[in-house]
Amino acid sequence: MIAISTALNGILLGGLYALYGLGLSLTFGIMRTVNLAHGDVIVLATYLSLLTTQILGFTPLMSLVVLVPVMFCIGYGLQRLVLNRTLKDGMMPAVIITFGLSFVIQNGLLLGFSADRQVLRQGAVETMGVTLAPGLTLGLFPILTLGVLLVLIFALQAFMGRTLLGRAFRATSDDPNTAELMGIDGRKIYGLAMGLAFAIIAVTGVIMGIRSNFSPFDGPARLIFAFEVIIIGGMGSIYGVLAGGLILGLAQTIGGAISPTYFQLAGHLATLGILAVRPSGLFPETIEKG
Amino acid sequence: MTKLHMNRRQLIKATAATTLFAPSILSARRAHAAGGTLRVGYISPRSGALSQISESDGFVIDAIRSAMGGKIDTAAGSFDFEIIDKDTQSDPNRAGDMASDLIYQDEVDLMLVGSTPDTTNPVADLCELNGVPCISNATPWQSWYFGRGGVPGEKTFTYTNHFFWGSEDLLEVYFGLWNGLETNKVVGALWPNDPDGIAFADAELGFPPALKDAGFTLVDPGRYQNLKDDFSAEINAFKRAGVEIVTGVMLPPDLATFMAQSKQMGFTPKFVTVAKAALTPKGVASFPDGLGANLSGEYYWGPQFPYTSSLTGQTTEELCAAYAEATGNQWLQGTGYVHSLFEAAIDTLKRTTEVNPEAIVEAMNATDLDTCVGHVKWGDFAVAPNVAKTPVAGGQWQLTEAGEYELVCTFNDVAPEIATNGTLQEKVW
Repeated sequence: MIAISTALNGILLGGLYALYGLGLSLTFGIMRTVNLAHGDVIVLATYLSLLTTQILGFTPLMSLVVLVPVMFCIGYGLQRLVLNRTLKDGMMPAVIITFGLSFVIQNGLLLGFSADRQVLRQGAVETMGVTLAPGLTLGLFPILTLGVLLVLIFALQAFMGRTLLGRAFRATSDDPNTAELMGIDGRKIYGLAMGLAFAIIAVTGVIMGIRSNFSPFDGPARLIFAFEVIIIGGMGSIYGVLAGGLILGLAQTIGGAISPTYFQLAGHLATLGILAVRPSGLFPETIEKG
Repeated sequence: MTKLHMNRRQLIKATAATTLFAPSILSARRAHAAGGTLRVGYISPRSGALSQISESDGFVIDAIRSAMGGKIDTAAGSFDFEIIDKDTQSDPNRAGDMASDLIYQDEVDLMLVGSTPDTTNPVADLCELNGVPCISNATPWQSWYFGRGGVPGEKTFTYTNHFFWGSEDLLEVYFGLWNGLETNKVVGALWPNDPDGIAFADAELGFPPALKDAGFTLVDPGRYQNLKDDFSAEINAFKRAGVEIVTGVMLPPDLATFMAQSKQMGFTPKFVTVAKAALTPKGVASFPDGLGANLSGEYYWGPQFPYTSSLTGQTTEELCAAYAEATGNQWLQGTGYVHSLFEAAIDTLKRTTEVNPEAIVEAMNATDLDTCVGHVKWGDFAVAPNVAKTPVAGGQWQLTEAGEYELVCTFNDVAPEIATNGTLQEKVW
């Protein structure tokens, strides 16, 4: 029963990690640049949700109604007004800009909210449990988190595979120059992709804030998990994010079951192992350009 | 980009020169209190994960400032008196930085520091290194003494003194609390990988041997990393062993994560007795879903303490009432220890015959003072002469009829002068 419980808790934790990785995978898959401020943007979304709950009296989940469009606009604006200006210079300037952005967000949040740890309060759902069998009880909120992740993944996969815009996203990812010849405005696509990634991050941020507490400097730790998820799953692959999250979550809880000291170490070892055996991850989607 | 007037190589040279030579220039400290001012530095975690402990710091410092009126009369003459307070943001590295600032820039004559080893230890180490007198408290003395490499009879400290209770007192308090109700005596431990956790888990000087001697069975899953998202491994281990008592020394956010997940997974022990995590009424109220109710732990200061401030003459009850009146909040345990830190500091400075570190240390070591947390006198505690022991009792956070959580003193065998004012109850989930 302990083994089953450990495995199920690992899968549920993996759901959270996959959610961290989803936005990062999307931006990497389309723009081929790494958003080093990804973790800080998650934390920013959490604080924006906190602000919304305080000002409008919404519950954290209700705050998503405001937060998703706001975050979409921030992402779109960031890409169109800042990151797109550096496109012609290759990948590095964008990476460095997001690196700087990471500090700006951290210190901005520190100024606005102090270093105190905060939490989003959603009420009884935070502590409710679901009993699957005698002695086997799981948290309701982690199960909901996994559910949200699955919905997002399937919706995103359907969007990419079946809609005209999704096709334009993939075309720009594969070969921006040829896509441009076909009448696709790459800059606009990049803006929309970043907006979409930020909208997903809004959901991630709220779930993270309800699940655990947060402070302005928590971003980099989330970025590491997000990175590990996409390294395991394969750069730019949407289903790979699911696999990466589950492997990371399981590695951590199994490591933790052996001894709590190995909790994080086991996750890092799993990532290193995959990196050694399959450097491009389990389900690589992006085509390597020469 | 505008060009710098210095090329890269010159810049590196200049930076290296400043970093190399700055300390030796700055460490030539002033010999006398410049301009007739005595400066006291105070470092505490005002924000961040530990901020709950320091919530009343501002109130205490204001009260001390107004009690002193910016002047102090010492055996070496009259001086202006200044308190410079710094926030560590609950980060031990930043605590060290703040101590450097106070030592090198503000050139404080006496350093004060409180609240957890992550704050006291880096600051005390820097003071010891730079020969600046330092008084600390609100850290169990083992974490402060052994955590800084102290060895009884061999290595002791010259410039740094400490007053608080230790894990041996905490153990007695915890055992007393646990024996107050019928349990199977199986104890699950949550000791993190930080100086407190390591000191508590020590196989010779920590909890494990004492638990065994007192007839408790210990389930220790191992050191965990602070601020983690998942405690399912620990909870499973506790469930499997039938744990009815959970103890530990945790950061408040970790205890919140642990209790929420415990309830989710259907683990409901009779006791949750955790040091450091449940110290303020607001903190206890902020646990998810009312899980703060009936948390038990140390009662390390409060209106049940029968002492009086040597500085203002206020009783503990009056100190608590003054805080409640000034802020509208319930009294806090932290108030007493911050207040007593300044009591000890001002008493020391008043008796110093010269304004230099050696004379201040001499006055500090000769302290024999009744403070609002109890009697402070160094040299009586054989294991570590730098440590003075103060009393502690046991208590529980109970929900009052007004819907507030109040810390009720329920166990006082260790320090009978502290009166109990309630009966112990089982943890509610």
